[in-house]
Amino acid sequence: MPLAKRIIPCLDVDNGRVVKGVQFVDIRDAGDPVEVARRYNEQGADEITFLDITASHEGRDTTLHTVERMASEVFIPLTVGGGVRELEDIRRLLNAGADKVAINTAAIFNPEFVREAAERFGSQCIVVAIDAKQVSAPSYAHANDQLGSGGRWEIFTHGGRKPTGLDAVEWAVKMVGYGAGEILLTSMDQDGVKQGFDLALTHRVCAAVNVPVIASGGVGNLQHLAEGVSVGGADAVLAASIFHFGEYTVAQAKQYMAERGIEMRL
Amino acid sequence: MTTAVDVAVIDYGMGNLHSVAKALQRVAPKANVWVGDDPAIIRRATRVVYPGVGAIRDCMGEVRRRGLDEVIVEVARSKPLLGICVGMQGLMHHSSENNGIDCLDVFPDEVVFFGDAFAKDACLSSAQQRLKVPHMGWNTVQQCHPHPLWKGIKNNARFYFVHSYFVGAKSCLSTVGITQYGLDIAAAIARDNIFAVQFHPEKSHRDGLQLLDNFMQWDGNYSC
Repeated sequence: MPLAKRIIPCLDVDNGRVVKGVQFVDIRDAGDPVEVARRYNEQGADEITFLDITASHEGRDTTLHTVERMASEVFIPLTVGGGVRELEDIRRLLNAGADKVAINTAAIFNPEFVREAAERFGSQCIVVAIDAKQVSAPSYAHANDQLGSGGRWEIFTHGGRKPTGLDAVEWAVKMVGYGAGEILLTSMDQDGVKQGFDLALTHRVCAAVNVPVIASGGVGNLQHLAEGVSVGGADAVLAASIFHFGEYTVAQAKQYMAERGIEMRL
Repeated sequence: MTTAVDVAVIDYGMGNLHSVAKALQRVAPKANVWVGDDPAIIRRATRVVYPGVGAIRDCMGEVRRRGLDEVIVEVARSKPLLGICVGMQGLMHHSSENNGIDCLDVFPDEVVFFGDAFAKDACLSSAQQRLKVPHMGWNTVQQCHPHPLWKGIKNNARFYFVHSYFVGAKSCLSTVGITQYGLDIAAAIARDNIFAVQFHPEKSHRDGLQLLDNFMQWDGNYSC
């Protein structure tokens, strides 16, 4: 299959600076988003995801301006998420140069928003971001069983603090039915702790939907990236801190995955 | 405006043209890159880009409402024209998207849905029939015919695709680039002064920029 799996560096941006929290607390500054994006572009990143975590309203204009600068410098696909609540937000981001827009909380409070967005702008640019936490563990057959069977994951909002009671796999299926063209799946349990993706969760969602799934949350080394694809079945893998702090380059990650038989763009 | 623009990017109100314009400006810093829907300017431009994202019904609706259909057909007979993604599909005879939409008929081919094509093709394995739609990501393009726009781009280089409808590579006589996604799809087609691609050169990193650079320098000559 010649279609390549994708590596997507993720930039969490607060008031115009790249930051990365460890389970949403310990924030470390990682630089100017346009500089960072340009570096990943040169290293061969397949896409860039830009998550705006700016709380203030004034910060939104900074974001649009940053997206515009980034889109003028970086000629690979750009997904922007964070605080997308209205069709007008999507229009503004697309006009600023985003190729895809990630909808998270707004989809939970108003699923019809996803349908309207997909109808208006096309499914190809509507990504639904899902933040999931395990609420009951899968049962594993043996020590090397990475996927297990059963288990339940639910959607949480507000940085993982508020449960919604929604089943993550069912939610993914529903969102695709509403027109989501891609699922960005983050494990809130794994996010920032560098122990690898939640492979069971990734696998459940990938098996349930017929659109691309991006695995996110938990990458601490290159093996984790490879497992997201080879075990979890993800179409793309997203990581932040391993690239931000120079532990690995995107090029090294792609080489590593290609050597393990994963189709990559080198 | 008295001087003709170097490249007109046709804007029919269907989303992000920022990237296309920025990418053209990047490869041709001195060029006058114009984005708009004024037929007079498009007619006088040295070369024209017909981009597109979104659903074909809305795209064709806007193209016709703004009176751009005649202009595009005229340009397709007279000067270098680059169709991108839905812009390429708009140059076809007909698309099965949105219950069937007539396109500009510059090429006689049909645009079809991956899901339908996978279901109909008895030769496909069950794994191929389960391929995800949209076809999204970086795929290889086999240059099955030489063309000035392939200059400096390796055969089987990867380009960025995102689409759910496609033109079959085998049925289309103008195919110059083939991509496999379960089936052989026309990644690039060419005839005389027209070149059209299903992928997004403006999002395809170095090879994409190289293709745009080649387009900016192309005199519109091609004989197959």
